[in-house]
Amino acid sequence: MEIIVCIKQVPGTSEVEVDPETGVLKREGIDSKMNPYDLYALETAMRIKEETGAKVGVISMGPPQASVIIEEAFMMGADQGILLSDRKFAGADVLATSYTISQGIKALGNPDIIICGKQTTDGDTAQVGPEVAEFIGIPHIANVRQIVEVKDKSIVVEMDMAHTVEIAEMQYPCLITVEKEVGQPRLPSFRLKLATKGRNIPMMSLNDFKDKDENNYGLNGSPTRVLRIFSPEANTDRETWRGSSDELAQKLARKLQELKFV
Amino acid sequence: MARIVVNQDLVTSPDELMKLCPFGAMEWDNEYLTINAACKMCQICVKKGPEGVFTCEIDQEVAAIDKSKWRGIAVYVDHLEGDIHPVSLELVGKAKEMAKKINHPVYCIFMGQNIKDKANELLGYGVDDVFVYDDPELKHFRIEPYTAVMEDFINKVKPTIVLVGATSIGRSLAPRVAARFRTGLTADCTILDVEENTDLAQIRPAFGGNIMAHIFTPNNRPQFATVRYKVFSAPEVDCNAKGKVTICDIAKDKLASQIKVLEVKMKPKVESIEDAEVIVVAGSAVKKQQDLELIKQLAEKLGGMMAVTRPLIEAGMADPRLQIGLSGRTVKPKLIITCGVAGAIQFVAGMDKAEYIVAINIDENAPIFNVAHYAIIGDIHEVVPKLINKLEENASAPKFVC
Repeated sequence: MEIIVCIKQVPGTSEVEVDPETGVLKREGIDSKMNPYDLYALETAMRIKEETGAKVGVISMGPPQASVIIEEAFMMGADQGILLSDRKFAGADVLATSYTISQGIKALGNPDIIICGKQTTDGDTAQVGPEVAEFIGIPHIANVRQIVEVKDKSIVVEMDMAHTVEIAEMQYPCLITVEKEVGQPRLPSFRLKLATKGRNIPMMSLNDFKDKDENNYGLNGSPTRVLRIFSPEANTDRETWRGSSDELAQKLARKLQELKFV
Repeated sequence: MARIVVNQDLVTSPDELMKLCPFGAMEWDNEYLTINAACKMCQICVKKGPEGVFTCEIDQEVAAIDKSKWRGIAVYVDHLEGDIHPVSLELVGKAKEMAKKINHPVYCIFMGQNIKDKANELLGYGVDDVFVYDDPELKHFRIEPYTAVMEDFINKVKPTIVLVGATSIGRSLAPRVAARFRTGLTADCTILDVEENTDLAQIRPAFGGNIMAHIFTPNNRPQFATVRYKVFSAPEVDCNAKGKVTICDIAKDKLASQIKVLEVKMKPKVESIEDAEVIVVAGSAVKKQQDLELIKQLAEKLGGMMAVTRPLIEAGMADPRLQIGLSGRTVKPKLIITCGVAGAIQFVAGMDKAEYIVAINIDENAPIFNVAHYAIIGDIHEVVPKLINKLEENASAPKFVC
């Protein structure tokens, strides 16, 4: 069995501010890390590997420096890894990103299961997993919170819905996106850390893909555009209320109604 | 291919220029300033940098699509066995508002099993046409048949905008359908508006919520957006609604699926303050168990949860899982009401991202008021019970039903 886990390098902090005068993002260092949700996807893959002997590959898209998260995945037990990196991928939105990753996965082979984290902490969209599944043409289940059983030709999972939990069986090949409930991610192992040292991380660019049409990647392949970025209105205008407890209670009850909390 | 081109002759202070890029995509090798794969084509360097240093080059312009061929704003109706999720009604409200501006109809796409009768309910909210796909294969949400139905609907109706609630189903379905149509999707929009040329203005927090981004889809249709529950308002029920229901058929083979739902379990209510949208916090001014009960009662009245500060945990008055702060949990609810909380930094750090912060404290110099949107100077032992009474009075007032 073959598993591919999609991972992403994200900024180490979510504290990004925009300069109110120039509209330029203020960047505090270039601190980055593996998207925390992806650790759960890796953990899920490792557990399936332990049970079935599956081979686990990781795939990421990003600048050359993103190869450090692939090393990190090796230290957790991933067997292979590849980084999709090309200036032609720059400016990709969800659609172009998903398409690029799907092309990368297709170039690697035919995995039985693709596992993604629930979402990333920088984009927070939770859309790439389902779009990758669509481009590869396989079914997917999002919000998986438990792997119930890994069978020869299918996987049984528990999916988290708004009011229900559904147990579903899905045939391979397929894609799942996992929630934190799947299990606490393991720490990198010391033995694997040593083995990873100096290990080459292969890179793939547009030329390695089957579809080499530049119009399908990067900004060209992105239907959405960011028109502008701006700071949300600051909550500097504070209302201070004084009065008898009756007045205050009355005023607060009305405010809660106005804000639709009652 | 679009790319940023650097005019090397004009590069005088590379360190300053590199600071322009929020993504660290510029590299200086002591001779040339280059752009690497981290570039997101945000073009901030072009807009904010010195004139002429950075330019955006686009090799070929893509042919413009005919936007007039796409008409109507469609809302995906999320439901559990016919019980419509309120987020869908809120989206109908927003769809109506936008449709009026561009004189387009409002559609609903409603799929499931044995739901035909429920479709009329939607007409009351002012929907022009409800497209119903009723089939046993659609009993459970499974991605392939649901995507196939969306595809069928979009090909038939050609809506310019499709709005989907950011529920478990919506977050799984919307990207799948958007990818099938090779079009854009913006998740969790907090503001939506429509331009005269039918372009959807999609505004959402970016980069962890500190910055807002205005996103649009200039040359693809339909335009997809997901929106979370309680962002917009459901429209009033109109007793003279004139819309209609259209029952649709789809070929059985399109509903085939590799997924089999084996069991559906109703979820027990898991209570975690991190998930609560409304939190009422008891602070150190709450000294007795019966006062704590009042705070809990207020939280329940608002459909939320009670939380506490560290002193109450130390006094053994509450479960440690209910503690907010650096030593407890971090929360980001829509509404937080702090009752008798002083506002130590370690507490504030765990809750200052809440959308509305209401603080009640008798001491007008309490630091909690620095982060509050509504600072109420009063005694919680009086204000809280009176507030509960007011809320009860209002709840028992008769509501208009048609």
